[in-house]
Amino acid sequence: MVGIEHYITVAATLFVIGIFGIFLNRKNVIVILMSIELILLSVNINLVAFSAEHGDLTGQVFTLFVLTVAAAEAAIGLAILVVFFRNRGTIDVEDVNVMKG
Amino acid sequence: MTLAGFAFYVFAIVTVASGLMVTVSRNPVHAVLWLISAFVGATGLFVLLGAEFVAMLLLIVYVGAVAVLFLFVVMMLDVDFAALKGELARAMPLGLLIGIVLLMQIAIGLGAWESASQAHALRPSPAPEGVHNARALGLLIYDKYIYLFQAAAMVLLVAMIGAILLTLRHRTGIKRQNVLEQMWRDPAKTLEMKDVKPGQGL
Repeated sequence: MVGIEHYITVAATLFVIGIFGIFLNRKNVIVILMSIELILLSVNINLVAFSAEHGDLTGQVFTLFVLTVAAAEAAIGLAILVVFFRNRGTIDVEDVNVMKG
Repeated sequence: MTLAGFAFYVFAIVTVASGLMVTVSRNPVHAVLWLISAFVGATGLFVLLGAEFVAMLLLIVYVGAVAVLFLFVVMMLDVDFAALKGELARAMPLGLLIGIVLLMQIAIGLGAWESASQAHALRPSPAPEGVHNARALGLLIYDKYIYLFQAAAMVLLVAMIGAILLTLRHRTGIKRQNVLEQMWRDPAKTLEMKDVKPGQGL
């Protein structure tokens, strides 16, 4: 049986990779959204690992809700991205300044 | 090493390596494919943890829907991705620095962490013995967490309406099919019968 520390290590590594990806691809919104998905995945791994460790199903229920929010976030984010590309012809983050006063 | 331990290391390495490839790959299509690989690895980890239902859900929702949505958007938008990748070398040191600092913070936090002595007694919903994972989750979701479940459904509904509202547009100057107009069209008003004599035109 693999201990919970191993799962926490994997989740922490994946979380840091997600943050690293946001900093590395500062201009590309699509890769930033994918990095956010990685971060949410790492959170899910943590929740399920602790759920299995304690024999408590609440963690898995919460994982379902995190999954729901992640799916909704991806749908809305990509819809905004498509509309932005339609209006501006680019997805560069530095060009997102329409609402600047 | 047991089979479960071996499987854990395989899935863990696949997940972490795929996650790293998502962030560093130059082609966004490849990044999405690596993202799918990371999700499949995480699914294996969930199965090893005994959370079969969440694992299958991850496979269906993430690989089947979210990743395909990403792939669709990446392929539909005509973006010059090479221009967006320009200053990778400049962003790398800052990203690495913040990543290492964050990793050390997590390590310090986890090093000081220990499970509370009464944690086992305080479990809100212990997993019942001899019940399948999916059945136990269903008993919990449809009973104790029914309002949260409904709220999740509302979140999905709002997201669906929002995504449709954002991307729907009516362009002018484009011929569209109007089914009702076609159905109500009266042949008597639009057709005219002519009796044409042989050898003569109209």
